[in-house]
Amino acid sequence: MTNDEGIIIYRDVHKWYGDFHVLRGITFTMQKGEVVVICGPSGSGKSTCIRTINRLEEHQRGQIIVDGIELTNDLRNIEAIRREVGIVFQQFNLFPHLTALQNVSLAPFWVLKMRKSKAEEAAMKLLERVGIPEQAQKYPAQLSGGQQQRVAIARALAMTPKIMLFDEPTSALDPEMIKEVLDVMRNLARSGMTMIVITHEMGFAREVADRIIFFDYGQLVEENTPEEFFHNPKHERTKLFLSQILDY
Amino acid sequence: MDENQLAGYADKNQLPPPSERIPAIRWLKQNLFSSWFNAILTIVSTALIMTIVFGLLRWALEARWEVIPANLKLLLVGTYPVEHLWRVWAVVYLVAFLLGFSSGAHGGLMRRVSTTAALVSVVLAVLPFPWGTRGWLLGIAVAAAAGFGLGYLGKGIRWCKRLEIASWILSFPISLIFLNGVGGILPVIKGRTMWGFMLNLIGAVVGIGLSFPVGVLLALGRRSRLPAIRLVCTAYIEIIRGVPLISLLFMASIMLQLLLPASVRPDLLIRAMLTITAFSAAYMAENVRGGLQAIPQGQYEAAYAVGLNRALTTILIILPQALRIVIPAIVGQFIALFMDTTLFGFIAILELLNITRSIMGNLEWRGTIFELYVFIGIVFWILCYSMSYVSRRIEKTLGVGER
Ligand SMILES: Nc1ncnc2c1ncn2[C@@H]1O[C@H](COP(=O)(O)OP(=O)(O)OP(=O)(O)O)[C@@H](O)[C@H]1O
Ligand SMILES: [Mg+2]
Repeated sequence: MTNDEGIIIYRDVHKWYGDFHVLRGITFTMQKGEVVVICGPSGSGKSTCIRTINRLEEHQRGQIIVDGIELTNDLRNIEAIRREVGIVFQQFNLFPHLTALQNVSLAPFWVLKMRKSKAEEAAMKLLERVGIPEQAQKYPAQLSGGQQQRVAIARALAMTPKIMLFDEPTSALDPEMIKEVLDVMRNLARSGMTMIVITHEMGFAREVADRIIFFDYGQLVEENTPEEFFHNPKHERTKLFLSQILDY
Repeated sequence: MDENQLAGYADKNQLPPPSERIPAIRWLKQNLFSSWFNAILTIVSTALIMTIVFGLLRWALEARWEVIPANLKLLLVGTYPVEHLWRVWAVVYLVAFLLGFSSGAHGGLMRRVSTTAALVSVVLAVLPFPWGTRGWLLGIAVAAAAGFGLGYLGKGIRWCKRLEIASWILSFPISLIFLNGVGGILPVIKGRTMWGFMLNLIGAVVGIGLSFPVGVLLALGRRSRLPAIRLVCTAYIEIIRGVPLISLLFMASIMLQLLLPASVRPDLLIRAMLTITAFSAAYMAENVRGGLQAIPQGQYEAAYAVGLNRALTTILIILPQALRIVIPAIVGQFIALFMDTTLFGFIAILELLNITRSIMGNLEWRGTIFELYVFIGIVFWILCYSMSYVSRRIEKTLGVGER
C-alpha cells in the first residue's frame, strides 16, 4: 500500500448499531496537510465516522487505510494507528485525577517511553503553544472549559500525531471561550497538520477548511470547497441545512 | 470611579447577617414546652435520662476496673511468653519508625497520624504502668522521632520513595515472621492461636493487606472481556456473599480437618486468616466494581486514543479514579473485617473476645463481664474511629482534582 493515494482512505465503509445502519457506504480520501470540515444534522453519523479512524468504533464493511496501515482487528495495527492519530472530544475527557501537565506528559512517558524529564519538558512546550503554561500544575476541575479543551489539544499533540481529529471541540464551551480554542486550531492548521474537524462554526470552516463534507443519514451527501459549499451548494439537502444553520 | 469610592460603595450596601441567636427561655418554650403534652414528655424523659446516667456513673465508680490492668498482658498478647515480649515491642517500633519516616518525607496526613501515635505513647507512659512498660512505651515516640528525622533528611533523594514503599510492604511479612520466629534463628513461639488482641490485629492487617488486591482483581475479572474469567469471578463473588462468615470459618476449621491430612493442612490460624481474606475480598470486589462503573466511557476513549493499552488504561486512568470514589466503602469494609476477627473466637482461637471469656471464667474475676466488655468496646472503638478518621482525611486530600 503506498502513501501517495492519501493519508486517510475510506472505501465504501459501512457500520451498524444493531439494526441501525449508521454509516451507509462512506468513500473519501484525504491528502497530507489537508483540513477537512465535516458538518451535517445531529445524528447523521459524523462522530461515528471520525471515530472509526482510530478505532474507537469498529466498521463492519469496507476499508479504512490510515497512513498506509489498514484498520483490522489486529491489535498492533490499532495501536500503531492510535499513535498517529490524535483526537479532541466535545466533552474534553481530561483525566481528572492528573494535573494539566500530567495529562499531557502521561502518554509520551508510558507509550513512547520518553524520559520523565523529557516528557514534562515537551508537555510544558505544548502548554505554551496552546497558551496556558501558567495552568500546568492545576487539575482539570480548576480550569475553565476553554482551558480544559486546550489542555486536551496539547494532550493529543504530545504524541506527535500525523492526523488530528476534532469532534465538535467548541460546542460545550461558552461563547467567550470558543475563540481561544479556534485560534489554537487555526494555528495548528497553518502549521500543516492534517485535520478533520466536525464543527458548526461556519466562520471557521470558511476560513480554514480546504474542503467541506456534508453528512446526512450516514451518507456523504456533498464534498466541496468552502467557496462552492456556501455559495453554490450542489444538493437541495445541503441548501436546506445551510439555510437552517446560517439563519440563527 | 477611583478605588476609595468603590470601597465606600461596597461598604454602604453591606448589611450584617441577621442574628440567629434565640434567648434560652424562648428556645425551651418553643422546643420542649410548646404544649402540656410536650411538657410532660420532656419531664418524663429527662427523669429517665438522669436515672440512666446516674446508674452508669455509680456503676463506673464501683466497677472492679483492676481486672483490666491485672490482665492487661493476657488481653493484649495472650500467652505470648514474657521473655519474648521484646519482639512485640520491636514490631511496634518498626511500625512507629515507618510512620515517622513517611511523615518526615511527606508531611500532611502521615504527620498527623505519627504525631498522634507518638503523643498517645507518651501519655500512656505517664499512666501508672510498671516502669519497664513505661520505658517501652516511650520507645515508640523515640522510634517515630528517629523515623521522622531520617525521612526528613531523605526527602529529596530519588530512591527514598521507592525505599519507603518497599519497606512498608516488606514490614508486614517481616513482622509476622519476627513474631512467630524462624527455626534456627529466632525461637518459634508455641501456641500462636492464643495471642489475644494481637491476633485480632494480625488477622485484620493480613486480611486487609490481602483482600484489597484480591478484591480489585476480582472486580476487574468480573468486567473482563473473557467469558471464562468473568464467569469464575462472578460465581466466586456471589457464592461467598451468600454465606455467613461464621459458617465459612467453621468449614475452614472443621471440614478441612476432615478432608486434608495433617501434613498438608495449614494450621488453624492461617486457615482462619485465609478464610476472612477470601470472605472480605468478595465484598471488596463489589465495592470496587461500583467505583469502576462510575467512570464514564470517555475516560477509556481518551486513554485509548493517546495510545495506552488496556492494562495501562486500567492501572493509570481507571483504577485511581474508581478507588478514590469508593474509599469510604472500602474503609467501611476494613473496619468490618477488623471487627469480624472476633469471630475467630468461635473456632477455638483465643483472640481478645475469647480470652476475655477465659478471664471471666476465673473465680478471682467473677462478675467482671461489664468491665471487660467495656474495655473491649473502647479498644475497638478507638481503632475503628481512627480508621474512619484517616479515611475522611484521605478523601479530603485527594478531593483536590475532583471533577
Ligand atoms: N453506541 C451506540 N449505540 C447505538 N446507537 C448509537 C450509538 N452511538 C450513536 N448511535 C446512533 O448513531 C447515530 C449517529 O450518531 P453520531 O454520534 O455519529 O451522530 P452525529 O452526527 O455525531 O450527531 P451530533 O451532531 O448530535 O453529535 C445517532 O442516531 C445515534 O443515536
Ligand atoms: Mg457527534
